[in-house]
Amino acid sequence: MATVSTSEFRNGLKVMIDGDPFTIVDNEMVKPGKGQAFNRVKLRGLISGRTLERTFKSGESIERADVHEEEYQYSYSDGDLFYFMHPESFEQIGADKAAMGEAEQWLKGQEICLVTLWNGNPISITPPNFVVLQITETDPGLRGDTSSGGGKPATLETGAVVRVPLFVPENEVIKVDTRTGEYVSRVKE
Amino acid sequence: MDSSLLQERATFIRAIRSFFFEQDVIEVETPVLSSAATTDPQIDSFVTTSRGRDAEGPERLYLQCSPELFMKRLLAEGSGPIFQLGPSFRAGEISPLHNPEFMMLEWYRPGYTMEQLMDEVEALVSNFVDLPSIERITVAEAFEVVGVADLYSTTIEQLQSAALAMALPSAEEMDLDWDGWVDYLMVLAIIPRFSHAAIFFTHYPASQAALARISPDNPKVAERFELILNGMEIANGFCELTDGAEQRNRFQQELSERSAAGLEAVPMDEKFLQALDHGLPDCSGVALGVERLMMLSMGKEQISEVMPFSINQV
Repeated sequence: MATVSTSEFRNGLKVMIDGDPFTIVDNEMVKPGKGQAFNRVKLRGLISGRTLERTFKSGESIERADVHEEEYQYSYSDGDLFYFMHPESFEQIGADKAAMGEAEQWLKGQEICLVTLWNGNPISITPPNFVVLQITETDPGLRGDTSSGGGKPATLETGAVVRVPLFVPENEVIKVDTRTGEYVSRVKE
Repeated sequence: MDSSLLQERATFIRAIRSFFFEQDVIEVETPVLSSAATTDPQIDSFVTTSRGRDAEGPERLYLQCSPELFMKRLLAEGSGPIFQLGPSFRAGEISPLHNPEFMMLEWYRPGYTMEQLMDEVEALVSNFVDLPSIERITVAEAFEVVGVADLYSTTIEQLQSAALAMALPSAEEMDLDWDGWVDYLMVLAIIPRFSHAAIFFTHYPASQAALARISPDNPKVAERFELILNGMEIANGFCELTDGAEQRNRFQQELSERSAAGLEAVPMDEKFLQALDHGLPDCSGVALGVERLMMLSMGKEQISEVMPFSINQV
Protein backbone atom coordinates (compact mmCIF):
# COMPACT_ATOMS: atom_id res chain seq x y z
CA MET A 1 0.00 0.00 0.00
CA ALA A 2 1.58 3.26 -1.13
CA THR A 3 1.25 6.05 1.40
CA VAL A 4 1.87 9.76 1.21
CA SER A 5 2.83 12.15 4.00
CA THR A 6 1.06 15.46 4.65
CA SER A 7 4.28 17.23 3.65
CA GLU A 8 3.75 15.91 0.11
CA PHE A 9 0.11 17.05 -0.06
CA ARG A 10 -0.58 19.24 -3.05
CA ASN A 11 -3.60 20.09 -5.14
CA GLY A 12 -4.47 17.26 -7.50
CA LEU A 13 -2.92 14.53 -5.34
CA LYS A 14 -5.16 11.44 -5.29
CA VAL A 15 -5.67 9.79 -1.90
CA MET A 16 -7.98 7.23 -0.32
CA ILE A 17 -10.59 8.41 2.20
CA ASP A 18 -12.91 5.83 3.78
CA GLY A 19 -12.24 3.41 0.94
CA ASP A 20 -12.91 5.82 -1.93
CA PRO A 21 -10.50 7.80 -4.12
CA PHE A 22 -10.44 11.56 -3.61
CA THR A 23 -8.43 14.38 -5.12
CA ILE A 24 -7.02 17.19 -2.98
CA VAL A 25 -8.46 20.53 -4.03
CA ASP A 26 -7.14 22.67 -1.19
CA ASN A 27 -4.44 22.08 1.40
CA GLU A 28 -3.55 24.51 4.15
CA MET A 29 -1.07 23.99 6.97
CA VAL A 30 -2.44 25.47 10.18
CA LYS A 31 -0.23 25.74 13.22
CA PRO A 32 -0.67 27.12 16.68
CA GLY A 33 2.37 29.21 17.65
CA LYS A 34 3.97 26.24 19.31
CA GLY A 35 2.71 22.70 19.27
CA GLN A 36 0.96 20.36 16.90
CA ALA A 37 0.58 21.53 13.30
CA PHE A 38 -2.34 20.33 11.19
CA ASN A 39 -3.12 20.12 7.51
CA ARG A 40 -6.61 21.30 6.78
CA VAL A 41 -7.60 19.69 3.50
CA LYS A 42 -10.53 19.95 1.13
CA LEU A 43 -11.08 16.91 -1.07
CA ARG A 44 -13.36 16.04 -3.95
CA GLY A 45 -14.60 12.47 -4.40
CA LEU A 46 -13.55 11.10 -7.78
CA ILE A 47 -16.57 8.83 -7.88
CA SER A 48 -19.19 10.69 -5.83
CA GLY A 49 -18.10 14.20 -6.81
CA ARG A 50 -18.91 15.36 -3.28
CA THR A 51 -16.54 17.68 -1.46
CA LEU A 52 -15.48 17.12 2.10
CA GLU A 53 -13.08 18.65 4.58
CA ARG A 54 -10.59 16.68 6.65
CA THR A 55 -7.86 17.57 9.10
CA PHE A 56 -4.65 15.59 9.48
CA LYS A 57 -1.83 15.89 11.97
CA SER A 58 1.13 17.26 10.03
CA GLY A 59 3.57 14.44 9.43
CA GLU A 60 0.83 11.79 9.29
CA SER A 61 0.68 9.51 6.25
CA ILE A 62 -2.40 8.33 4.42
CA GLU A 63 -3.02 5.85 1.63
CA ARG A 64 -2.45 7.05 -1.88
CA ALA A 65 -5.11 6.24 -4.48
CA ASP A 66 -3.90 4.31 -7.50
CA VAL A 67 -5.50 6.73 -9.91
CA HIS A 68 -4.19 7.86 -13.26
CA GLU A 69 -5.50 9.36 -16.46
CA GLU A 70 -5.03 7.96 -19.93
CA GLU A 71 -6.33 8.74 -23.42
CA TYR A 72 -8.74 6.24 -24.95
CA GLN A 73 -10.87 6.37 -28.08
CA TYR A 74 -14.63 6.01 -27.60
CA SER A 75 -16.00 3.09 -29.66
CA TYR A 76 -19.65 2.29 -28.94
CA SER A 77 -22.26 1.57 -26.29
CA ASP A 78 -24.26 -1.61 -25.81
CA GLY A 79 -26.78 0.31 -23.74
CA ASP A 80 -25.24 -0.90 -20.52
CA LEU A 81 -21.57 -0.06 -20.84
CA PHE A 82 -19.66 2.41 -22.94
CA TYR A 83 -16.60 0.90 -24.60
CA PHE A 84 -13.30 2.65 -25.11
CA MET A 85 -10.20 1.44 -26.91
CA HIS A 86 -6.59 2.26 -26.13
CA PRO A 87 -5.14 3.80 -29.32
CA GLU A 88 -1.85 1.89 -29.03
CA SER A 89 -2.51 -1.36 -27.17
CA PHE A 90 -6.06 -1.69 -28.62
CA GLU A 91 -7.08 -2.86 -25.14
CA GLN A 92 -10.82 -2.36 -24.64
CA ILE A 93 -12.45 -1.13 -21.42
CA GLY A 94 -16.07 -0.58 -20.45
CA ALA A 95 -17.30 2.41 -18.44
CA ASP A 96 -20.67 2.44 -16.72
CA LYS A 97 -23.20 5.29 -16.84
CA ALA A 98 -21.98 6.73 -13.54
CA ALA A 99 -18.43 7.00 -14.87
CA MET A 100 -19.65 8.49 -18.15
CA GLY A 101 -21.62 11.20 -16.38
CA GLU A 102 -22.05 14.28 -18.57
CA ALA A 103 -19.63 12.92 -21.17
CA GLU A 104 -22.32 10.65 -22.59
CA GLN A 105 -24.25 13.47 -24.24
CA TRP A 106 -21.24 14.65 -26.28
CA LEU A 107 -19.96 11.38 -27.73
CA LYS A 108 -21.02 9.65 -30.97
CA GLY A 109 -17.89 7.55 -31.56
CA GLN A 110 -14.19 7.91 -32.47
CA GLU A 111 -13.56 10.80 -30.03
CA ILE A 112 -10.33 10.71 -28.00
CA CYS A 113 -11.33 11.05 -24.32
CA LEU A 114 -9.39 11.29 -21.09
CA VAL A 115 -10.25 8.28 -18.95
CA THR A 116 -9.58 8.35 -15.19
CA LEU A 117 -8.71 4.87 -13.98
CA TRP A 118 -8.76 3.70 -10.37
CA ASN A 119 -7.11 0.33 -9.83
CA GLY A 120 -7.44 -0.12 -13.59
CA ASN A 121 -11.20 0.60 -13.74
CA PRO A 122 -12.64 3.68 -15.44
CA ILE A 123 -14.27 6.01 -12.90
CA SER A 124 -14.68 9.15 -14.97
CA ILE A 125 -14.57 10.21 -18.58
CA THR A 126 -13.56 13.65 -19.80
CA PRO A 127 -14.71 14.31 -23.37
CA PRO A 128 -12.62 16.43 -25.79
CA ASN A 129 -12.95 20.16 -25.02
CA PHE A 130 -14.65 20.68 -28.37
CA VAL A 131 -16.92 18.34 -30.32
CA VAL A 132 -18.48 18.76 -33.77
CA LEU A 133 -22.08 17.55 -34.00
CA GLN A 134 -25.07 17.87 -36.28
CA ILE A 135 -28.32 19.56 -35.23
CA THR A 136 -31.20 17.10 -35.60
CA GLU A 137 -33.97 19.33 -34.38
CA THR A 138 -34.48 23.06 -33.85
CA ASP A 139 -37.17 25.66 -34.56
CA PRO A 140 -36.67 27.64 -37.76
CA GLY A 141 -34.98 30.92 -36.93
CA LEU A 142 -36.05 34.37 -38.04
CA ARG A 143 -34.55 35.13 -41.42
CA GLY A 144 -31.99 37.92 -41.31
CA ASP A 145 -31.49 37.76 -37.56
CA THR A 146 -27.74 37.53 -37.05
CA SER A 147 -27.58 38.69 -33.46
CA SER A 148 -25.86 36.36 -31.04
CA GLY A 149 -28.05 37.27 -28.09
CA GLY A 150 -31.15 35.30 -27.23
CA GLY A 151 -30.90 32.08 -29.15
CA LYS A 152 -33.00 28.92 -29.18
CA PRO A 153 -32.61 25.31 -28.05
CA ALA A 154 -31.21 22.81 -30.55
CA THR A 155 -31.10 19.02 -30.16
CA LEU A 156 -27.90 17.41 -31.44
CA GLU A 157 -27.38 13.97 -32.97
CA THR A 158 -26.15 12.66 -29.60
CA GLY A 159 -29.26 13.87 -27.79
CA ALA A 160 -27.58 16.84 -26.12
CA VAL A 161 -29.50 20.11 -26.13
CA VAL A 162 -27.57 23.37 -26.54
CA ARG A 163 -28.60 26.96 -27.14
CA VAL A 164 -27.72 28.18 -30.62
CA PRO A 165 -28.22 31.58 -32.30
CA LEU A 166 -31.59 32.06 -34.01
CA PHE A 167 -30.06 31.99 -37.51
CA VAL A 168 -28.63 28.45 -37.18
CA PRO A 169 -30.89 25.97 -39.07
CA GLU A 170 -31.66 22.29 -38.60
CA ASN A 171 -29.09 19.81 -40.08
CA GLU A 172 -26.33 22.38 -39.59
CA VAL A 173 -23.05 21.01 -38.13
CA ILE A 174 -21.83 22.99 -35.15
CA LYS A 175 -18.88 23.11 -32.74
CA VAL A 176 -19.68 22.92 -29.02
CA ASP A 177 -17.49 23.53 -25.95
CA THR A 178 -18.11 20.49 -23.72
CA ARG A 179 -16.73 22.27 -20.62
CA THR A 180 -19.48 24.89 -20.70
CA GLY A 181 -22.03 23.14 -22.92
CA GLU A 182 -22.07 26.26 -25.13
CA TYR A 183 -22.31 26.70 -28.90
CA VAL A 184 -19.02 27.97 -30.39
CA SER A 185 -19.55 28.24 -34.16
CA ARG A 186 -20.98 26.69 -37.28
CA VAL A 187 -18.70 24.25 -39.09
CA LYS A 188 -18.53 24.40 -42.89
CA GLU A 189 -18.11 20.91 -44.33
CA MET B 1 8.08 41.70 -7.79
CA ASP B 2 6.31 44.94 -7.03
CA SER B 3 8.99 47.64 -7.40
CA SER B 4 7.78 49.53 -4.33
CA LEU B 5 8.26 46.45 -2.12
CA LEU B 6 11.97 47.00 -1.49
CA GLN B 7 11.29 50.59 -0.46
CA GLU B 8 8.44 49.55 1.84
CA ARG B 9 10.51 46.80 3.45
CA ALA B 10 13.43 49.15 4.00
CA THR B 11 11.17 51.77 5.62
CA PHE B 12 9.61 49.09 7.80
CA ILE B 13 12.94 47.72 9.02
CA ARG B 14 14.29 51.23 9.66
CA ALA B 15 11.20 52.03 11.77
CA ILE B 16 11.74 48.90 13.88
CA ARG B 17 15.39 49.85 14.45
CA SER B 18 14.54 53.40 15.46
CA PHE B 19 11.82 52.17 17.86
CA PHE B 20 14.44 50.21 19.80
CA PHE B 21 17.13 52.85 19.39
CA GLU B 22 14.82 55.34 21.12
CA GLN B 23 14.27 52.87 23.98
CA ASP B 24 18.01 52.27 24.42
CA VAL B 25 17.67 48.60 23.48
CA ILE B 26 20.85 47.61 21.71
CA GLU B 27 20.95 45.64 18.48
CA VAL B 28 22.90 42.38 18.47
CA GLU B 29 23.79 39.75 15.89
CA THR B 30 24.06 36.11 16.89
CA PRO B 31 25.03 33.11 14.73
CA VAL B 32 22.71 31.39 12.31
CA LEU B 33 24.73 28.18 12.62
CA SER B 34 24.95 26.27 15.87
CA SER B 35 26.17 22.86 16.96
CA ALA B 36 22.82 22.45 18.76
CA ALA B 37 19.24 22.46 17.50
CA THR B 38 15.85 23.11 19.00
CA THR B 39 14.48 20.03 20.74
CA ASP B 40 10.90 21.12 19.96
CA PRO B 41 9.34 18.05 18.26
CA GLN B 42 7.16 20.32 16.12
CA ILE B 43 10.10 22.13 14.57
CA ASP B 44 12.38 20.55 12.01
CA SER B 45 15.79 22.26 11.86
CA PHE B 46 17.86 22.50 8.70
CA VAL B 47 21.18 20.76 9.14
CA THR B 48 24.38 21.24 7.22
CA THR B 49 27.89 19.87 7.54
CA SER B 50 31.25 21.53 7.78
CA ARG B 51 34.64 19.92 7.37
CA GLY B 52 35.63 19.11 10.93
CA ARG B 53 38.11 21.11 12.94
CA ASP B 54 39.87 17.90 13.90
CA ALA B 55 40.18 14.35 12.65
CA GLU B 56 36.68 13.42 13.77
CA GLY B 57 35.24 14.12 10.35
CA PRO B 58 32.48 16.44 9.24
CA GLU B 59 30.75 18.47 11.89
CA ARG B 60 26.96 18.82 11.87
CA LEU B 61 25.66 22.36 12.23
CA TYR B 62 22.03 23.44 12.57
CA LEU B 63 20.46 26.58 11.15
CA GLN B 64 18.74 28.31 14.04
CA CYS B 65 14.93 28.30 14.24
CA SER B 66 15.17 31.45 16.36
CA PRO B 67 18.01 33.43 17.96
CA GLU B 68 16.56 32.79 21.42
CA LEU B 69 19.25 30.63 22.98
CA PHE B 70 22.17 32.75 21.79
CA MET B 71 20.44 35.93 22.95
CA LYS B 72 19.84 34.46 26.39
CA ARG B 73 23.54 33.64 26.61
CA LEU B 74 24.22 37.34 26.00
CA LEU B 75 21.69 38.28 28.69
CA ALA B 76 23.34 35.88 31.13
CA GLU B 77 26.61 37.69 30.46
CA GLY B 78 24.96 40.96 31.42
CA SER B 79 24.13 42.45 28.02
CA GLY B 80 21.07 44.33 29.32
CA PRO B 81 18.08 44.90 26.97
CA ILE B 82 18.80 43.60 23.45
CA PHE B 83 17.04 43.12 20.14
CA GLN B 84 17.86 41.28 16.96
CA LEU B 85 16.53 41.33 13.41
CA GLY B 86 17.62 38.44 11.29
CA PRO B 87 16.79 35.29 9.37
CA SER B 88 15.40 32.21 11.10
CA PHE B 89 14.93 28.80 9.51
CA ARG B 90 12.32 26.06 9.82
CA ALA B 91 12.45 23.14 7.41
CA GLY B 92 9.27 22.15 5.63
CA GLU B 93 7.15 25.10 6.74
CA ILE B 94 5.57 26.29 3.52
CA SER B 95 2.10 27.83 3.39
CA PRO B 96 0.55 31.20 2.59
CA LEU B 97 1.78 32.24 6.06
CA HIS B 98 5.04 30.26 6.22
CA ASN B 99 8.34 30.44 4.39
CA PRO B 100 11.19 28.15 5.53
CA GLU B 101 13.48 31.19 5.85
CA PHE B 102 11.90 34.28 7.37
CA MET B 103 12.87 37.38 9.30
CA MET B 104 12.47 37.25 13.05
CA LEU B 105 12.46 40.25 15.34
CA GLU B 106 13.34 39.08 18.82
CA TRP B 107 13.90 41.17 21.90
CA TYR B 108 14.51 40.78 25.63
CA ARG B 109 13.81 43.08 28.54
CA PRO B 110 15.51 42.33 31.86
CA GLY B 111 13.19 43.11 34.78
CA TYR B 112 10.02 43.23 32.65
CA THR B 113 6.93 41.24 33.53
CA MET B 114 4.96 39.54 30.76
CA GLU B 115 2.38 42.34 30.98
CA GLN B 116 5.00 45.06 30.58
CA LEU B 117 6.40 43.28 27.54
CA MET B 118 2.92 42.97 26.01
CA ASP B 119 2.56 46.74 26.45
CA GLU B 120 5.76 47.21 24.49
CA VAL B 121 4.72 44.74 21.76
CA GLU B 122 1.48 46.72 21.43
CA ALA B 123 3.37 50.01 21.17
CA LEU B 124 5.65 48.64 18.46
CA VAL B 125 2.89 47.00 16.43
CA SER B 126 0.73 50.14 16.60
CA ASN B 127 3.39 51.89 14.52
CA PHE B 128 2.59 49.62 11.60
CA VAL B 129 -1.03 48.56 11.90
CA ASP B 130 -4.00 50.74 12.75
CA LEU B 131 -5.31 49.03 15.85
CA PRO B 132 -7.79 49.55 18.59
CA SER B 133 -6.26 48.47 21.88
CA ILE B 134 -5.31 44.82 21.87
CA GLU B 135 -7.58 42.67 24.03
CA ARG B 136 -5.91 40.28 26.47
CA ILE B 137 -7.57 37.00 27.34
CA THR B 138 -6.21 33.86 28.88
CA VAL B 139 -6.26 30.61 26.93
CA ALA B 140 -8.77 29.20 29.44
CA GLU B 141 -11.06 32.19 28.82
CA ALA B 142 -10.71 31.70 25.06
CA PHE B 143 -11.89 28.11 25.46
CA GLU B 144 -14.92 29.37 27.41
CA VAL B 145 -15.83 31.45 24.35
CA VAL B 146 -16.28 28.22 22.35
CA GLY B 147 -18.12 26.52 25.18
CA VAL B 148 -15.34 24.65 26.96
CA ALA B 149 -15.49 25.55 30.65
CA ASP B 150 -12.68 24.96 33.11
CA LEU B 151 -10.08 23.88 30.56
CA TYR B 152 -7.64 22.50 33.13
CA SER B 153 -10.08 19.94 34.46
CA THR B 154 -11.13 18.65 31.03
CA THR B 155 -10.30 15.18 29.77
CA ILE B 156 -9.27 14.17 26.25
CA GLU B 157 -12.80 12.79 25.73
CA GLN B 158 -14.43 16.08 26.76
CA LEU B 159 -12.24 18.09 24.39
CA GLN B 160 -13.04 15.67 21.57
CA SER B 161 -16.78 15.93 22.34
CA ALA B 162 -16.50 19.71 22.14
CA ALA B 163 -14.84 19.38 18.72
CA LEU B 164 -17.57 16.99 17.57
CA ALA B 165 -20.28 19.33 18.82
CA MET B 166 -18.73 22.08 16.70
CA ALA B 167 -18.61 19.69 13.70
CA LEU B 168 -14.92 20.37 13.17
CA PRO B 169 -13.29 18.43 10.32
CA SER B 170 -12.03 14.95 11.27
CA ALA B 171 -12.96 15.49 14.94
CA GLU B 172 -14.20 11.92 15.03
CA GLU B 173 -11.10 10.12 13.79
CA MET B 174 -8.40 12.41 15.25
CA ASP B 175 -6.07 10.60 17.62
CA LEU B 176 -4.58 13.25 19.86
CA ASP B 177 -3.29 13.68 23.40
CA TRP B 178 -4.65 16.43 25.65
CA ASP B 179 -2.21 19.05 24.34
CA GLY B 180 -2.97 17.94 20.79
CA TRP B 181 -6.69 18.58 21.35
CA VAL B 182 -5.92 21.98 22.84
CA ASP B 183 -3.88 22.80 19.71
CA TYR B 184 -6.59 21.38 17.43
CA LEU B 185 -9.35 23.46 19.04
CA MET B 186 -7.09 26.49 19.08
CA VAL B 187 -6.38 26.47 15.33
CA LEU B 188 -9.73 25.14 14.11
CA ALA B 189 -12.22 26.80 16.46
CA ILE B 190 -10.76 29.56 18.62
CA ILE B 191 -8.40 31.44 16.32
CA PRO B 192 -11.02 31.47 13.49
CA ARG B 193 -13.49 32.92 16.04
CA PHE B 194 -11.11 35.85 16.54
CA SER B 195 -10.30 36.21 12.84
CA HIS B 196 -11.11 39.92 12.80
CA ALA B 197 -9.66 40.81 16.17
CA ALA B 198 -6.47 42.07 17.75
CA ILE B 199 -5.82 39.82 20.68
CA PHE B 200 -3.19 38.59 23.09
CA PHE B 201 -3.78 35.03 24.26
CA THR B 202 -2.01 34.71 27.61
CA HIS B 203 -1.27 32.02 30.17
CA TYR B 204 -0.89 28.87 28.07
CA PRO B 205 -1.18 25.44 29.70
CA ALA B 206 1.91 24.58 31.75
CA SER B 207 2.41 21.60 29.42
CA GLN B 208 2.85 24.11 26.57
CA ALA B 209 5.25 26.39 28.43
CA ALA B 210 8.13 26.03 25.92
CA LEU B 211 10.76 28.31 27.49
CA ALA B 212 8.39 30.30 29.69
CA ARG B 213 8.28 30.14 33.46
CA ILE B 214 5.33 28.57 35.23
CA SER B 215 3.13 31.20 36.82
CA PRO B 216 3.99 31.64 40.51
CA ASP B 217 0.25 32.20 41.15
CA ASN B 218 -1.09 29.18 39.26
CA PRO B 219 0.97 26.06 38.55
CA LYS B 220 -1.41 25.01 35.76
CA VAL B 221 -0.35 27.84 33.46
CA ALA B 222 2.84 29.27 31.99
CA GLU B 223 3.61 32.97 31.60
CA ARG B 224 3.50 32.74 27.85
CA PHE B 225 1.57 34.91 25.39
CA GLU B 226 0.84 35.08 21.71
CA LEU B 227 -0.25 38.06 19.67
CA ILE B 228 -2.91 37.17 17.09
CA LEU B 229 -4.00 39.79 14.59
CA ASN B 230 -6.82 38.95 12.15
CA GLY B 231 -6.38 35.27 12.98
CA MET B 232 -2.66 35.28 12.20
CA GLU B 233 -0.01 34.56 14.82
CA ILE B 234 2.35 37.53 14.89
CA ALA B 235 4.42 37.08 18.04
CA ASN B 236 5.11 34.63 20.84
CA GLY B 237 6.57 35.79 24.15
CA PHE B 238 7.51 34.55 27.56
CA CYS B 239 8.37 35.65 31.00
CA GLU B 240 11.51 33.58 30.67
CA LEU B 241 12.31 30.41 32.54
CA THR B 242 15.59 31.02 34.38
CA ASP B 243 15.87 27.67 36.16
CA GLY B 244 18.56 25.62 34.35
CA ALA B 245 17.54 22.29 35.91
CA GLU B 246 13.91 22.70 34.87
CA GLN B 247 14.94 23.82 31.38
CA ARG B 248 17.10 20.68 31.03
CA ASN B 249 14.13 18.53 32.08
CA ARG B 250 11.94 20.18 29.44
CA PHE B 251 14.56 19.63 26.72
CA GLN B 252 14.90 15.99 27.76
CA GLN B 253 11.15 15.57 27.73
CA GLU B 254 11.04 16.98 24.20
CA LEU B 255 13.87 14.70 23.10
CA SER B 256 11.95 11.67 24.31
CA GLU B 257 8.85 12.93 22.46
CA ARG B 258 11.01 13.25 19.33
CA SER B 259 12.27 9.74 19.74
CA ALA B 260 8.76 8.37 20.37
CA ALA B 261 7.58 10.08 17.18
CA GLY B 262 10.47 8.59 15.22
CA LEU B 263 12.08 11.97 14.61
CA GLU B 264 15.79 12.54 14.27
CA ALA B 265 17.64 13.00 17.57
CA VAL B 266 19.25 16.43 17.90
CA PRO B 267 21.90 17.67 20.31
CA MET B 268 20.47 19.95 23.01
CA ASP B 269 22.23 23.22 23.61
CA GLU B 270 24.54 22.50 26.56
CA LYS B 271 26.22 25.93 26.33
CA PHE B 272 22.82 27.56 26.75
CA LEU B 273 22.02 25.35 29.74
CA GLN B 274 25.40 26.30 31.27
CA ALA B 275 24.48 29.97 30.80
CA LEU B 276 21.19 29.38 32.68
CA ASP B 277 23.12 27.66 35.49
CA HIS B 278 25.44 30.65 35.56
CA GLY B 279 22.41 32.89 35.92
CA LEU B 280 19.91 34.42 33.50
CA PRO B 281 18.47 37.65 34.92
CA ASP B 282 14.68 37.75 35.38
CA CYS B 283 13.46 38.95 32.02
CA SER B 284 10.72 38.74 29.42
CA GLY B 285 11.31 38.21 25.74
CA VAL B 286 9.33 37.93 22.53
CA ALA B 287 9.80 36.76 18.94
CA LEU B 288 7.84 38.44 16.16
CA GLY B 289 7.51 37.36 12.53
CA VAL B 290 8.44 40.50 10.64
CA GLU B 291 6.97 39.42 7.29
CA ARG B 292 3.62 38.63 8.95
CA LEU B 293 3.44 42.14 10.36
CA MET B 294 4.42 43.48 6.92
CA MET B 295 1.57 41.46 5.37
CA LEU B 296 -0.94 43.14 7.67
CA SER B 297 0.60 46.55 7.23
CA MET B 298 0.69 46.26 3.42
CA GLY B 299 -2.65 44.40 3.13
CA LYS B 300 -1.20 41.24 1.57
CA GLU B 301 -2.59 37.72 1.86
CA GLN B 302 0.55 35.71 1.13
CA ILE B 303 3.93 35.88 2.82
CA SER B 304 5.54 35.56 -0.63
CA GLU B 305 4.04 38.94 -1.54
CA VAL B 306 6.21 40.77 1.00
CA MET B 307 9.46 38.93 0.24
CA PRO B 308 11.78 39.80 -2.65
CA PHE B 309 12.50 36.08 -3.05
CA SER B 310 10.18 33.53 -1.47
CA ILE B 311 11.00 29.81 -1.35
CA ASN B 312 9.48 29.29 -4.80
CA GLN B 313 11.92 31.76 -6.31
CA VAL B 314 15.19 30.52 -4.85
